Amino acid sequence: MRLEIEPRRSVSPVLFYATPLLAVVLTVASGYVLFLALGLDPSRTLYHFLVAPLLTGFGLAELCLKAGPLVLIATGLALGFRANVWNIGAEGQLIAGAICSGGVALAFWNESGWWILPLMTLAGALGGMAYAAIPAFLKTRFDVNEILSSLMLTYIATLILSILVFGPWRDPDGLNFPESRLFSESAQLPLLIEGTRLHPGILVALGAALLAWILSARTMTGFRLDVSGQAPEAARFAGFSRNHTIWMTLLAGGGLAGLAGCFEIAGPIGQLLPQISPGYGFTAIIVAFLGRLHPLGIIAAGFLVALSYNGGEIAQVQDQLPAAAVGVFQGMLLFYLLACDFLSRFHIRLRRAPASAEKRS
Amino acid sequence: MSKIEVAQPPRLAVRNISKRFQAVQANDRIGFEVAPGQIHALLGENGAGKSTIVKIIYGILQPDEGEILWNGRLVRIDSPRAARALGIGMVFQHFSLFEAMTVAENIALGLNQSGGMKALSRRIAELSASYGLALDPDRDIHTLSVGERQRVEIVRCLLQDPRLLIMDEPTSVLTPQETRQLFETLRRLAAEGCSILYISHKLYELQELCQHATILRGGRVVGSCDPAKESAQSMAQLMIGGVPATASRQRNEAVGAPRLVVSGLNLPADQPFGVTLKDVGFTLAAGEILGIAGVSGNGQDELMAALSGERLLPDASRIQFDGQPVGKLDFEQRRAQGLYAVPEKRDGCTAVLGMSLAANTLLSARGGMALSKHGLLRKSKAMAFARRIIDAYGVKADGPQAAAGTLSGGNLQKFVVGRDILQNPKALIIAQPTWGVDAGAAAAIHQALFDLARRGAGIVVISQDLDELLALSDRLMVIHLGRLTPPMPTSDVSAEAIGLLMGGAADAKGQTHAA
Repeated sequence: MRLEIEPRRSVSPVLFYATPLLAVVLTVASGYVLFLALGLDPSRTLYHFLVAPLLTGFGLAELCLKAGPLVLIATGLALGFRANVWNIGAEGQLIAGAICSGGVALAFWNESGWWILPLMTLAGALGGMAYAAIPAFLKTRFDVNEILSSLMLTYIATLILSILVFGPWRDPDGLNFPESRLFSESAQLPLLIEGTRLHPGILVALGAALLAWILSARTMTGFRLDVSGQAPEAARFAGFSRNHTIWMTLLAGGGLAGLAGCFEIAGPIGQLLPQISPGYGFTAIIVAFLGRLHPLGIIAAGFLVALSYNGGEIAQVQDQLPAAAVGVFQGMLLFYLLACDFLSRFHIRLRRAPASAEKRS
Repeated sequence: MSKIEVAQPPRLAVRNISKRFQAVQANDRIGFEVAPGQIHALLGENGAGKSTIVKIIYGILQPDEGEILWNGRLVRIDSPRAARALGIGMVFQHFSLFEAMTVAENIALGLNQSGGMKALSRRIAELSASYGLALDPDRDIHTLSVGERQRVEIVRCLLQDPRLLIMDEPTSVLTPQETRQLFETLRRLAAEGCSILYISHKLYELQELCQHATILRGGRVVGSCDPAKESAQSMAQLMIGGVPATASRQRNEAVGAPRLVVSGLNLPADQPFGVTLKDVGFTLAAGEILGIAGVSGNGQDELMAALSGERLLPDASRIQFDGQPVGKLDFEQRRAQGLYAVPEKRDGCTAVLGMSLAANTLLSARGGMALSKHGLLRKSKAMAFARRIIDAYGVKADGPQAAAGTLSGGNLQKFVVGRDILQNPKALIIAQPTWGVDAGAAAAIHQALFDLARRGAGIVVISQDLDELLALSDRLMVIHLGRLTPPMPTSDVSAEAIGLLMGGAADAKGQTHAA
């Protein structure tokens, strides 16, 4: 017997759109078994995991708060991934953006004015771009693999942030805690809805995804990215410079990640801390691929992943679900999504081994 | 069944073999027999199913239906290893050799048995000498010519003592002289009892070499004959299923003004085992078709890269187009000047297989046909242009929205060539314009090139197919080890003379030809 994987002749459109739903159903079924085995009430836990976060206005606001940076970063990364530019260092670019915009906020900590927030936003985007420019330069000039350089720069960014908040930017009145001053009112994002933590970052994220959609569907730039990704030689034949594509996509990805960093510290955090992101830059890579690198898919994937994170927290608190089980549940969701996606495009056949030439004399 | 057949069953018999790839019925109940010691031709156009049936015989593909008999016994060949164990050897069109290793090392890699390298080298030397296939076991592959590399592949098969040798279009990379040498080797093998299955679409070769031919068209056997007793015309009709189309043209007597002037072009190889271009120079006139012949791997790719804009030159003035230096311009910038280039590779270079034909027009026609404005795509214009190409060149496709990958090689080539010709280039550089294309499509492409030249464009055709070059060009040059011969009027040269130049006769004491 032998297993063979063959591409399907055609992918039915129903199957294509039904796979994410099927994946959710399978995850729920497996989760049921998992929670039962842990001695919990499975329906209650699943309810806390998947439904509870959606039932209150506060829950929905928290969902948007979490989805915002994921969508924003994933949108930028997807531009590069479509063109075979593998920026894995969005987390570092996010931190670089946060450092730059945080620097602005701290420089004007005892001033007020409408111009501080726009200046911070600009500094955040430029900081992320500047940080992404390093792998772009190394790649175009010395052909250094951008996967390695962008990833390793993430650890450097984390350490720079630590140096700053442990050293020069530490709050002088902060009892030696490694934290910066709290930002002034003028350096904090306004709230979209009173009583929640929701800030306009989610709107920027949705707007960016929309722009990316227009870019990919309607412009020569979008075409250029697709050609570069699918057939690098054809891109050269078309006269699309590879270096130009690398710079463009890394700067876009870095800029949006930097912007996300700025929104985090000017929004829910309100100061610089040694750790400002729960790994948004890395999770966004998953979001980008779950969304099939399509801006609308990325929005849906961003919210789904945000739901699994927020739901996981509720289930931990309400049902004493172990943190490891939360990870398993989230992992199952990804696993089923990828598996269903694969099986919608390929099918597996079991073939009987032929009576072969080995029996020959 | 006659008594003779009982006494000696055919070495190979295939019966009712069918194989389907998605929408394409590649083989439809194919059957034929190869006698011991017979040189048997499989004749057919590209896409007729020749490659599929031999891949089935060699165990690379499994048939959906049908059976294979080896020496009269039913066998199941589920891998190339099983095929080799039976005694079937195959020499592919594209070689699988490691450039940086020696002949003996490459051969050792393909052998199942173990044994000392010294013993192997000795066997290689003996075997190659006894079949007139001069080969030094200790030479590195990258120093060998294409013809010599083919010998390595043949010797690799012969070491397994094959009873059936499959040769897939072996002469497409050889000079006429090398071809003759190969035929002698094959005749000796056959005389010793090894059957040979010879795949080709060159009719005169079959008439010279083969005792029997099976003709395929559209995945079916449409006839079988003794090629020596048939006329080339009648075999061509069977193969194509109609009267072969030919392109016609009145040659330009008056040569126009110089369009493209290349002078003193030296370009070091940009990759290991690449070819360095040495002092390349020629002048292409308006209305002229200039052919460049040569055995593959003698600098054609490098020359194409320099002329097209794939590689930029340190000195822009080495290539002048209408008096302007263009050596530092990329593909698109050269197109803007009117200088178009169509490299040989379709898959992923001149076409993106996963995209629609309409999207593929954007690759090289967005400037010439104004398919974008202010960075926005003009999709309906691209659709209309794709439809125009399809109509003008009879491209068989499901409309402009069909993915390029769904077209056959010949139709995609017509589309790719048509896309550039319809933009009325002032000069066109084209490599292997009819590579892997059937006779009808080839004639259509040749006609399109003739018409373009008549309208005053200069055309450079780089091809390994000498027949094609003799039919197309006004003047011919030969490239060998990165050097170009001066152009010769095609009417004054013989295929024989060009063949010698392809083998390096123009170089001091033709070292490649010494073998």
